[in-house]
Amino acid sequence: MTTYEAILLTIITASTPLLLAALGELVAERSGVLNLGVEGMMAMGAACSFGAAVAFDSSLLGVLCGILAGVLMAALFALVVLGFAANQVGSGLALTILGLGLSGLIGAPFVGSRRDPIALITIPGLSDLPGLGRIVFSQDPFVYGTLALTAMVAWFLTRSRPGLTLRSVGENHTSAHALGLPVLKTRLLAVLFGGACAGLAGSYLSLVYTRFWAPGMTAGRGWIALALVVFAAWRPGWALVGAYIFGAATVLQLHAQAAQMGVPSQLLSAAPYLATILALLLLSIRHARAVGAPGSLGVPFVPDR
Amino acid sequence: MRLELVPRASISPTLRAVAPVAAFVIAFLVAGLVIWILGRSPLAAFRVYMSDPLQDPWALQELVVKATPMALIAVGLSYCFRANLWNIGAEGQYVIGAICGGWLALATHGTEAGPWVLPAMLALGIVGGALYGLIPAFLKVRFGVSEILTSLMLVYVAQLALDYLARGPWRDPKGFNFPQSVTFDPSATLPPVFETGRVHYGATFALCAVLVTAFVLGYTLFGYRLRLTGDAPRAARFAGFSSKVTTLAVFAISGGLAGLAGITEVSGQIGQLQPTISPGYGFTAITVAFLGRLHPIGIMVASLVVALTFIGGESAQILLKLPLDLTTAFQGILLLCVLAADALVSYRLRFVARGVRA
Repeated sequence: MTTYEAILLTIITASTPLLLAALGELVAERSGVLNLGVEGMMAMGAACSFGAAVAFDSSLLGVLCGILAGVLMAALFALVVLGFAANQVGSGLALTILGLGLSGLIGAPFVGSRRDPIALITIPGLSDLPGLGRIVFSQDPFVYGTLALTAMVAWFLTRSRPGLTLRSVGENHTSAHALGLPVLKTRLLAVLFGGACAGLAGSYLSLVYTRFWAPGMTAGRGWIALALVVFAAWRPGWALVGAYIFGAATVLQLHAQAAQMGVPSQLLSAAPYLATILALLLLSIRHARAVGAPGSLGVPFVPDR
Repeated sequence: MRLELVPRASISPTLRAVAPVAAFVIAFLVAGLVIWILGRSPLAAFRVYMSDPLQDPWALQELVVKATPMALIAVGLSYCFRANLWNIGAEGQYVIGAICGGWLALATHGTEAGPWVLPAMLALGIVGGALYGLIPAFLKVRFGVSEILTSLMLVYVAQLALDYLARGPWRDPKGFNFPQSVTFDPSATLPPVFETGRVHYGATFALCAVLVTAFVLGYTLFGYRLRLTGDAPRAARFAGFSSKVTTLAVFAISGGLAGLAGITEVSGQIGQLQPTISPGYGFTAITVAFLGRLHPIGIMVASLVVALTFIGGESAQILLKLPLDLTTAFQGILLLCVLAADALVSYRLRFVARGVRA
């Protein structure tokens, strides 16, 4: 494998968790719920999946536990912001703080353990193509699954009836309620989906990307996923593009650090965060107001009779 | 069975006051459950976390030392949160305040510069924190960029900047390669308030911030303007209050106070610059601000309560082998409970049997 192939491969693996988490958050935000707890749900997904995978020696069980952890965290968030109509920004932050602390407790016994890489899916024939064949057609199942999920979410939001319901609930919950649409139920399901995606993204980080667990290993990826949703103007296709741009930025930054170019490593480490700010800024300059932001985003809903 | 929220006709002041206390008790019970699951005695943990530190005079001083930065930051954040603006990057503004003030301490190191150094350091800390806080505010008012994400991203940038300085250009050449600066001169160190003990003058700054804020919020037009902007943005616009000016002002205030917290911590408590100078005070201050119901006096009490969990967490780590992450998790649960309790002050919960139309 040449260096360029290796770089392309790592870009794909670095982008996949970002895309997964961003897709989940995108669906939740389209239903009108701003969940700033992505980082916490992801951290819980990473810790629980790794712990379960080591304890049961099964990556599959690990992934399932990671998803479950994300869903449970999201359910807690839903109870507070949907059940009690609490402030969404504050509750999301609390979820992140809780997730980072709790994941540290859960993961502590597994520091130092390692997992074997999971099997790749190689598509016979195509993977032998010269050039990009091996990169594109010999990947882990998550990469293909995430790409399929992107297409499914795009189809669901724009072409399906429940997707239309979800969007109208997010656009104007008062009107949606007046039409008899189940606002809170739709939002609950969307938030749980977001939790499952964030948990899966965390599992990918600990089981595939690093293959070990360390405290704070999510390193702000949940927040970058949140920024990606804004960057993508709440559209799944653009989330895919954005995730790959950010994945590339992260990986190239690491290679630049390894190459010792005389630039402080901290400056390169700060690059993804600065790039996020820059991306949000450029997007806002191009469009006068936040494009595509759901009308009821972040506003608690309490049904009247 | 279905859960329904019914708006309360009037909000009772008793309920308002009881809500944070109830939230704290619930969070405490949940934490006890977690400790029990971890196989430790919740009662022993309660003693270590809550009761032991309050009986030891040394720990009481430590309580004030830990509460100081959180109270300073949380009072600043209360300006933002009251105006419904989300500065969640106080941790970064704290670090930048420490860097700016610390720069002067290092620049004048060994020069016998005189008594002006310390006030100048504090001023630099405030200005640095305020300017750093103004970045997300400016991006918001000028370009409409969400302040939530930009302020948070800037935390990582500030931490990396401090990491670079403490390991690189500002490292003590005689420090055996430890990543830390020289120890500040006495002229650059905040003196202790009492002859014995560790409480430094930062505590008095926090007290001043609390009193000034109580006055500003209660008795000035600016305080009224903040409340109006947060509660009724349209009414605030009609009253001629520019939301842009409000945004810039509250970010500058909260950034400045966070910067002051950073430089007082470095010059009064740590005594030098290190790659890490905070156990997450900037984030915990968010919990403190809400636990104190965004009221300065409430925040002062809340900062002492949360400082207790920090000190308890440290001794629990030694005595009960409970990891420090438990403290973080507890603070997350606490914030969730406080926000839920806040919401339940305005709404009544009602359980409706399935199929019954209310």
